Amino acid sequence: MSLFWIRLVGALAVFAGVNYVGWRWVASLNWEAWWIAVPLILAETYSLIDVTLFALTMWRLKDRGEPPPTPPGLTVDVFITTYNEPIDLVMETALAAKAIGYPHTTWVLDDGSRPELRGLAEENGVGYVSRGAEWAGMPRHAKAGNLNNALHETQGEFLLILDADQIPDPRILDRTLGYFTARKVALVQTPQWFFNVPEKDPLGSQAPLFYGPIQQGKDGWNAAFFCGSNAILRREALMQLGLVGYVRETHARVVKALEAGRGVVRRALRRAEAQADGAGELLRVVDRALRAGRDQLGSGASVAAVTFLVQNQVEAAVKSLVAADVQALAADLAEIEALERELNGTPDDRLAEVAPIDAAVERLSARDWSPLGALESVQAVLDSVTVERRGEAQPIMPLSTISVTEDMSTSMRLHAMGWRSVYHHEILAKGLAPEDLKTMLTQRLRWAQGTIQVMLRESPLRLPGLSLGQRLMYFATMWSYLAGFAAVVYLAAPAVFFVLGILPVQSLSSDFFARFVPFMALNQLLFILAARGAATWRGQQYSLALFPTWIKACTTAAANVWFGRPLGFAVTPKARQEGGDALLILRPQAVVAAILVLAGAVGAARLLAGQAEPLGTLVNMVWMAYDLLALSVLVGAARYKGFEQQRGTE
Amino acid sequence: MNFEIVDRGGYTALAGTGRLNMVSAPKLRDVVTEAIGQGHNRLVLDMAGTEFIDSSGLGALVGCLKAARQAGGDLRIANVGSQVQMVLKLTSMDRILTPYASVDEAFGDD
Repeated sequence: MSLFWIRLVGALAVFAGVNYVGWRWVASLNWEAWWIAVPLILAETYSLIDVTLFALTMWRLKDRGEPPPTPPGLTVDVFITTYNEPIDLVMETALAAKAIGYPHTTWVLDDGSRPELRGLAEENGVGYVSRGAEWAGMPRHAKAGNLNNALHETQGEFLLILDADQIPDPRILDRTLGYFTARKVALVQTPQWFFNVPEKDPLGSQAPLFYGPIQQGKDGWNAAFFCGSNAILRREALMQLGLVGYVRETHARVVKALEAGRGVVRRALRRAEAQADGAGELLRVVDRALRAGRDQLGSGASVAAVTFLVQNQVEAAVKSLVAADVQALAADLAEIEALERELNGTPDDRLAEVAPIDAAVERLSARDWSPLGALESVQAVLDSVTVERRGEAQPIMPLSTISVTEDMSTSMRLHAMGWRSVYHHEILAKGLAPEDLKTMLTQRLRWAQGTIQVMLRESPLRLPGLSLGQRLMYFATMWSYLAGFAAVVYLAAPAVFFVLGILPVQSLSSDFFARFVPFMALNQLLFILAARGAATWRGQQYSLALFPTWIKACTTAAANVWFGRPLGFAVTPKARQEGGDALLILRPQAVVAAILVLAGAVGAARLLAGQAEPLGTLVNMVWMAYDLLALSVLVGAARYKGFEQQRGTE
Repeated sequence: MNFEIVDRGGYTALAGTGRLNMVSAPKLRDVVTEAIGQGHNRLVLDMAGTEFIDSSGLGALVGCLKAARQAGGDLRIANVGSQVQMVLKLTSMDRILTPYASVDEAFGDD
């Protein structure tokens, strides 16, 4: 029955929103103050789309209740991923994981390769995996790389993934494996819940709206997504993802290299230095080989055959160039010898011993010493015409590496291949949330950056294979991370009114209130109904108050995806970070709050002096109060001294 | 690859920085030919800055040795890095172009 009300209110909220925002666009824009009016209407449109996506999510809210019975005899690996978390913490989780009821094997995936942890794991009968020699000098891909590495070292049909701080309930597998009886289910995600968070949750760590109605709503659209921990995955699905990804990537790379190769070789030929010695001839062979490769691929030859052909031809040419060099060298030596004889009458016995051999030619032709290395651009093209993934430790990478939030990206790809996911709404692991502002901000920034990376690299709106509902569900999460830009406008608009007396709306007529108030009210009602008693105010506050974080995430992720700039990625520390002046970190918010208060004072003064419209002042005062109330969450966050300290003083 | 030439009185030191490969080898030949043309036939090639050599580079090196000997002088090498050392050993060239530990030692004995 409650789903009926959620749907009704959701539909009405969207209707009221279109009614309001449509009217704002068409009939109420104050074009004279376009510089604030246009940003505001864009922000309002942003919010309308956000509400619509939320209502759509709630439309299919799915409460699964009791899980299906657990099938016996499945093989399961439990992975505990760690990088630099305290060893005690990792071992506590490992031992809890070992105690899980359903038969399984527990593994510590130690990206820090700590001998002490290895020793403790072995002592306690827990498996230990760290990166092998093949990773030396290769991109490590953070947690995705850690998991991919372990996937190749283990065999279980199912994988339970746990962050180092997530202590599992012994029943976690018994409560979730039943869902995999359905052949197409690849993922079961359970909530993330933190035990070191006080009632008031000053840092907004618990996400009751997300690990609840939002994931349940997405589940209804078969779009519940992987959140990195407390989830069970089907190995077969991940391996399929890795293989398909490898084939696609290789094919695309080879085609691109063959296409681009032509221009690269021509440019190299034009350079004067390439005219020297054998370089020109070598380049012409490369050109011919690339052309032959293109033709063959065009007429349906396999990538393996084509790359073999191209590499073979080029290798032969390199070898003959090296052989020519060595022959010339031998000829020079003979002349030097003749010269010595002429001068001294006796041959230099050292020279007689020198006999350049085939082995030398072979070695000097090998990739790392090849003369082709001198023509870097050409070498790079040829390095791409291969079925190996040079520059990667592993050719098959099941967990996506396109984003720092590999989890979301991976589940989106699974969905695109037709796999199903389940959100099981029961707390089956309890973890540690950040206990200070700085760490919390780092974590939020990383999530937002990762989400934006996926949006820009592999948009759910375009990825083939997703249903419309799935596209919108993934997009909804990405869209919500754009909130920072709208927040700036919502924070600026009341200040603009108080100081300059400019309204972005033509007039605050009864028409305005008749359209705006129902939208606002229905919107809040939808939230309340959807949350079903969960505390959502913290989330709303942080959505506005962390605007600098959200904006930074968007700009850095865009710079990363479009211009290859590093994100400045940091692992979220589990231990409390000391130091770091809170006011310094929160300077943008402090400045905004100060401006708002000052502007409010100016507005009040103008009203008293009879210079300001009373209704406009009232509306903007309420608006400002909302802004300040939202920002006020940061005061508690900045003063929060961590969970233990908090309990000690209470 | 760039070369620096210093007359040390008694011999001339050449220092090259970068990779001695198919592209830069002709430059080495030119530089040495020019130096010999100017009357410097006792040459020491300081390879401290040469991190890499390929078959063309090696060919150039022997070509330069030949040119120096034909001009009645010699070419010696010093401060050889590990990759260059490996290539010299592989082709047994280290018996002719014996690497010296420093530029000063190259013509130290005569």
